[in-house]
Amino acid sequence: MTAVATARTRRRGRALGLLVLRRLAFAVPVVLLVGFALFVLAKASPFDPVERYFGLRIIGASPERVAQVRANWGVDQPVVEQYLAWLRHAVAGDFGDSLSLRQPVSQVIGERLGWSVLLVAVAFALALLLGLVLGTAAAWRQGGWLDRTITAVAYALEAAPVFWLGLAALYVFALELQWLPGGGLTDPDAALGVGQVARHLVLPVSVLALSHAPWYVLFVRQSLLESFTSDHVIGARSRGLPDHLVVSGHALRTSLLPFLTLLGARLPELITGALLVETVFSWPGIARATVDAALNVDFALLGALTVLATAVVLLGNLLADVLYAAADPRVGLDG
Amino acid sequence: MRRLLIGVLVTVASATACTSPDGDTAADTGQSIVIGAGGEPDNLNPILGYAPDGASKIFDGLVSRDAQLNLVPGLAEEVPTASPDGLTWTATLRAGVEFSDGTALSAQDVVFTYKSVLDAKTNSTIASRFDALADVTAPDDRTVVFRLSHPYAPLVQQLTLGIVPRKAFDGVDVNSAPFNTAPIGTGPYTAAEWRKGERMVLKANEDYWGGAPAIKTVTVVFVPDDNARATRMAAGEFDGTVLPPKLAKSYTGKSGYRIVRNPSADYRGLGIPSELPFTSDPKVRRAINLALDRQAMVDTILAGAGNPAATPISPHLKDWYDPNASFAHDTAEAERLLDEAGWRRGTDGMRSRDGQVARLPILYPAPDVLRKELALAAAGDIAKLGIDAPAEATTFELMLQRQREAASVWGGGDPYDPDTAAYTLLHSRYAGQPGYLNMTLYRNPAVDAALDTGRRSLDPATRKQAYTDFQRAYTADPGWAFLVFLDHTYVLRDEWDGQAEQVEPHDHGLVHAVWWNLERWTPKP
Repeated sequence: MTAVATARTRRRGRALGLLVLRRLAFAVPVVLLVGFALFVLAKASPFDPVERYFGLRIIGASPERVAQVRANWGVDQPVVEQYLAWLRHAVAGDFGDSLSLRQPVSQVIGERLGWSVLLVAVAFALALLLGLVLGTAAAWRQGGWLDRTITAVAYALEAAPVFWLGLAALYVFALELQWLPGGGLTDPDAALGVGQVARHLVLPVSVLALSHAPWYVLFVRQSLLESFTSDHVIGARSRGLPDHLVVSGHALRTSLLPFLTLLGARLPELITGALLVETVFSWPGIARATVDAALNVDFALLGALTVLATAVVLLGNLLADVLYAAADPRVGLDG
Repeated sequence: MRRLLIGVLVTVASATACTSPDGDTAADTGQSIVIGAGGEPDNLNPILGYAPDGASKIFDGLVSRDAQLNLVPGLAEEVPTASPDGLTWTATLRAGVEFSDGTALSAQDVVFTYKSVLDAKTNSTIASRFDALADVTAPDDRTVVFRLSHPYAPLVQQLTLGIVPRKAFDGVDVNSAPFNTAPIGTGPYTAAEWRKGERMVLKANEDYWGGAPAIKTVTVVFVPDDNARATRMAAGEFDGTVLPPKLAKSYTGKSGYRIVRNPSADYRGLGIPSELPFTSDPKVRRAINLALDRQAMVDTILAGAGNPAATPISPHLKDWYDPNASFAHDTAEAERLLDEAGWRRGTDGMRSRDGQVARLPILYPAPDVLRKELALAAAGDIAKLGIDAPAEATTFELMLQRQREAASVWGGGDPYDPDTAAYTLLHSRYAGQPGYLNMTLYRNPAVDAALDTGRRSLDPATRKQAYTDFQRAYTADPGWAFLVFLDHTYVLRDEWDGQAEQVEPHDHGLVHAVWWNLERWTPKP
């Protein structure tokens, strides 16, 4: 490597580092703002956290006792004050106690995050695989029956809401055919084990992956078709290279770059998709806790979960951009 | 490829299932049971509000209840009794009881449990039950003394609260203690595993002071949706579950299954606003009660699984219920009462008085299908009297806010003592107080007097008379239109003996329900 090239690489590395720093610095106010917006929204919600906490026992509960719990929680303080108190503790690493689950928030998240990551990671990998394979196949045989089938199915799935897909899968595979379990982590009377979890993972993962794969399939197909008409692919074709080599080696490679951006952009969708899938399949992940927290106006848990989700989305986008920049030297790093 | 993958996974899974150490044939011999429950407890800490009426599986109270709801000794040697002035209750603890972690039960644990409930810093949902309790002390290791601020006969009914070991809370905040999800009790079962939102596994406490249960493993799966529960029961996943009567019907006569219908004190009723000019007249409220065809509601909406209600006291509570306290379905009398009250039919058939239209909106919480159907049925019956009675879907919060101008379908009730069922609901002391107390702002001096006598006297005959007086005074001037008491319907695989019918409270998930005495069930030979 020449000295000029090394210097250029170093300069680019430094620019990349700056990009990361700049983005991270920008992430802080975003997270703070999202957290505050959440508190405002929760405050405006028609549900009363104290009533939710008492549940049925609110009937007949003496006003003094209800007022006492209200005071213990400080739910009647102005929203800014509640937010600042929460923030002070959060910065110190203490996310407080979940009011609805009667557990420390860190414990709630710790117990559930692993299951959610498992679900989302496997589904993401599967969706990616499906996207690449089917997208390439469709582009390769553009206009053929395979392409028409894949495209039609992809559009249909793109339009279908995730929970609808989930309920349909539940109905067909769990209730009618009884091939796969309909929910939970294990069978009711079985111990936690790899086999059990794998079997229970199939339906939720497939539904989540299938709801996301169409975006990837259609994107890969489209950008492959574009790159088929570009000079380097026509050049490769005219040199007489075998078709599969041209598609995989020349066309696919260049069309994968914008794909990275799409992955980053789809991340929030994947998280909301997981939320619905976990609810449909009784998956004990973080998303179920989010729904419970929202319904119970559980400030502490909601706050921590929102910050977590925001951070994941921001990091995902950053990662996509960094990979993009690392893969393509032409990409500018001005943010 | 996908199918192959699934096939592989299925094979792996079944292989692991066969080789797992505790995956023996326990299910066939009735040593384990899988229950599909509709409701899941928020936590397993009695201090915060888990199973205050007993049947908690994991804990014991000082007293517990038999099938007829009579109090029987639990951790106390005998059912505690009050001093003659009714202000001091003394309990002596059973000797030799241990918590599941091996520590011995002491009076200090009882004191800790009750004091924590009373502690203002504890976010307990059941503290109101102990409002009369001033202090709890332990003169020695086996004696507990409860001191009251006023005589309160139903206190002994509240001593079903589970006792927790004080040691488990050393230096931790009760509100978020690890104990709340992994408890230690003296009860017949221990909580082995709880995956919130999914399932809980209970293991038999082999050293239980009342004898080790015959069913060794209890798996409770939480499925809130009725249809999902019915499907999983049909697929053979559960040994027993709770189902709406209409869904349970398909098990009628099915071999190997039983349908169990347990009565409850769980009422649904229409709270009629006492401050709305139209319904402020007792005659109008009586007319509304007479216009309702409660039997039709039971027959159609509940598919027969229920009873008409007239007061918050269930007909199944034989000790307290007054058979005369009921409302006939008599529309002619209802019309007459309305005429007498001055609300006369106009040319359009609608009633009015001094140019004011007879109008009573009927509110129900939108997601609750049962309450919606009851609200529509009640609105239909009331409309027949020439009253404008629109049914409106809303939320509990808004029902409470509109308590002065609209009737709402509320629910509640427990079968243990008429005081808890009626006092805060109908005593004028609670009229207009914030919260879900006397929501209709009902004021009736005769009812107040009867409720106060019933609460303060210790003599059973005096109490019985007080609650008879209460039911008479209430039905003469009803502040509500109680509609129905629900029965709870269960489907059970017919593999165990030992079930006994018990009148149930509203709560029938893991606690109470048909498996309230699960620790005494035995596998059928």
